[in-house]
Amino acid sequence: MSADLAFEPPSVESSVIDDIGNDYKYGFSDKEDYIFKSGRGLTREIVCKISEMKKEPEWMLKFRLRALDIFLKKPMPTWGNCGLLNDIDFDNIYYYIKPSQNSEKNWDDVPEGIKNTFDRLGIPEAERKFLAGVTAQYESEVVYHSIREDLEKEGVIFLDMDSALREHPEIVREHFATVIPAADNKFAALNSAVWSGGSFIWVPPGVKVEIPLQAYFRINAENMGQFERTLIIAEPGSFVHYIEGCTAPTYSTDSLHSAVVELIAKPGAHIRYTTIQNWSKNVYNLVTKRAVAHEDAKVEWVDGNLGSKLTMKYPAIYLLGPRAHGEVLSIAFAGEDQHQDAGAKIVHAAPDTTSLIVSKSISKNGGRTSYRGLIKVYPKATGVKSSVKCDALLMDETSRSDTYPTMEVDEKDVNIEHEATVSKVGEEQLFYLMSRGLTQDEATAMIVNGFFEPFTKELPLEYAVELNRLIQLEMEGSVG
Amino acid sequence: MSTPILQVKDLCVAVEDKEILKGVNLTINPGEIHAIMGRNGSGKSTLSYTLMGHPRYKVISGEMLYKGQEIGEMTPDQRAKAGIGLAFQYPVAVPGVSVSNFLRQSVKSIRGKDIPVKEFRKELKELMGRLGVKDEFLSRYLNDGFSGGEKKRLEILQLSLLNPGLVILDETDSGLDIDALKTVSEGVNALATKDNAILLITHYQRMLDYVKPHFVHVFQDGKIVASGDSQLALELEARGYDWVTKELSPSGVA
Repeated sequence: MSADLAFEPPSVESSVIDDIGNDYKYGFSDKEDYIFKSGRGLTREIVCKISEMKKEPEWMLKFRLRALDIFLKKPMPTWGNCGLLNDIDFDNIYYYIKPSQNSEKNWDDVPEGIKNTFDRLGIPEAERKFLAGVTAQYESEVVYHSIREDLEKEGVIFLDMDSALREHPEIVREHFATVIPAADNKFAALNSAVWSGGSFIWVPPGVKVEIPLQAYFRINAENMGQFERTLIIAEPGSFVHYIEGCTAPTYSTDSLHSAVVELIAKPGAHIRYTTIQNWSKNVYNLVTKRAVAHEDAKVEWVDGNLGSKLTMKYPAIYLLGPRAHGEVLSIAFAGEDQHQDAGAKIVHAAPDTTSLIVSKSISKNGGRTSYRGLIKVYPKATGVKSSVKCDALLMDETSRSDTYPTMEVDEKDVNIEHEATVSKVGEEQLFYLMSRGLTQDEATAMIVNGFFEPFTKELPLEYAVELNRLIQLEMEGSVG
Repeated sequence: MSTPILQVKDLCVAVEDKEILKGVNLTINPGEIHAIMGRNGSGKSTLSYTLMGHPRYKVISGEMLYKGQEIGEMTPDQRAKAGIGLAFQYPVAVPGVSVSNFLRQSVKSIRGKDIPVKEFRKELKELMGRLGVKDEFLSRYLNDGFSGGEKKRLEILQLSLLNPGLVILDETDSGLDIDALKTVSEGVNALATKDNAILLITHYQRMLDYVKPHFVHVFQDGKIVASGDSQLALELEARGYDWVTKELSPSGVA
């Protein structure tokens, strides 16, 4: 596996399709030079130490310790990829690493090594071009943070989670863990015990943040556990689009990323949350994402899963008020030794709520993708409309794709559609494109690119930093 | 005499171990239009797929020479770059890929260089006008949800852009109403020059009212059983294919 440090655009002649998932360009690592690095393994002392170093209020420490007890008591999930899950060695992980003293507002003040890393990942460059605010998290802590002045003046709060807890304790305490309680699942409990970093966004009533806010998460140390915590609150009638990207170095042993993301869309608010996850192949990505949407609110998860060893992630939307709308649009790509177990959950708990799930996955070189989804309709939630569409594309005979849809519908007056397809890159499609002069690689790339198109067209045009590098350029090669 | 565009010699082809072509012989010279007619299942389409290099069609024996060069070992894209173009009977849909994006990449592959967008647009617009293809076509996904007629127009549009030395038309007339047939036939006629050649495979005679072949071949049971001029097509239309079997001896043309 090569680590291409220069970030040169991939050569058009290279076997484009083979590169996907193999030629991981973010696999480099920095020398460790940290303020604090916990010992391996999880103890009560480490949890207390994290809270102490962050100078947290008493309630948060109590929350963490209770979560730790829950984590220790809860058994591992008995579904999903149990074989891989049970390989996680919780005693071998570093649960907290503080890379630098402060979260900086000025890019120049970020420690040199970390700055270089993010420069290589294109972060400040992207900010200058098209972002309204940026958070950059390195290991456990946010090292750089900025927001455009005009948004700040309008009252938009965009902070790292730790700063938010210090500066806006009342808003945080009111909403924190209300969507995903610590006891929700084993990994949510783990996150609740050792969380650090992540983003906090509060958008005042009626304010529309037209330009995306972005967070970038980078793991550097081997066997690192990254547990960021993100909370977005959109007050009535507001709008925000948040984008996150993630990468990590390639190591022979495993790292763990286990985030908790909570979204609260109040009446008439609209939240769009875009993830381009591109972890290296030694990262376990076990994330709990859930949103609540009140009356007339709208929540969209746009979720791209391109890396990791095992991803288990099912962005959820609880439609709590009449006419709330939820969408989960996701792609997953699994190559050799990768399993993307992803999906969506929509809970219709109010009348006239609507939802749409579009899931697209590609498996290649023995990779495995699973769609796991839930549509739940409570009694009296009349007039519900839901549409689920899952398409899986298999690149070869050794790859695998499964669909596990669950429907729990306790109301008669509903309209629910479910459609699932599994296809192979068709010999006839390849032949047709090749008969027009495209090589087999070019033809395959074109088919794959077309398959993902419903997803890519949802991304901001300028958001080329991650996905365009991975899909558009590498796979299409010769975009003119 | 100049090198023939296409020479097929004793070509035998199997699909999944079933022999479909059983000794096809055919020579096409520059400037010629040849029509191959025959019943469904006689192997006509197998010939077009084999010439284009479909991986499922295995050549058992015989030769295929394009401008004197053996093409049997070449992949479909290499054949396309060499100058062979096939208009498909059933063009395949590729969802998510826009027609314009596809055409541009295809033209770039065949010509070996990128052409400026403006120039490309101009060339494209002119051809589209001639073939009655609407602008909105360009942003649609390739053959996705296209009507039969739309697909066939797009096939001819593609070949017109790529300008192959050997144009193979596989049942291009099927599924076309009379107006579309006329437009598509005009497109085909515009493609024909003194330097290239056209191989037109059809079930019916009706396209030959618009595209006049120099030679007509009758295909039966995997080979050519009769050859003649355009008069032969009319006789086939009037008397049916059985007449060929009864009255024309295969040995006479082999």
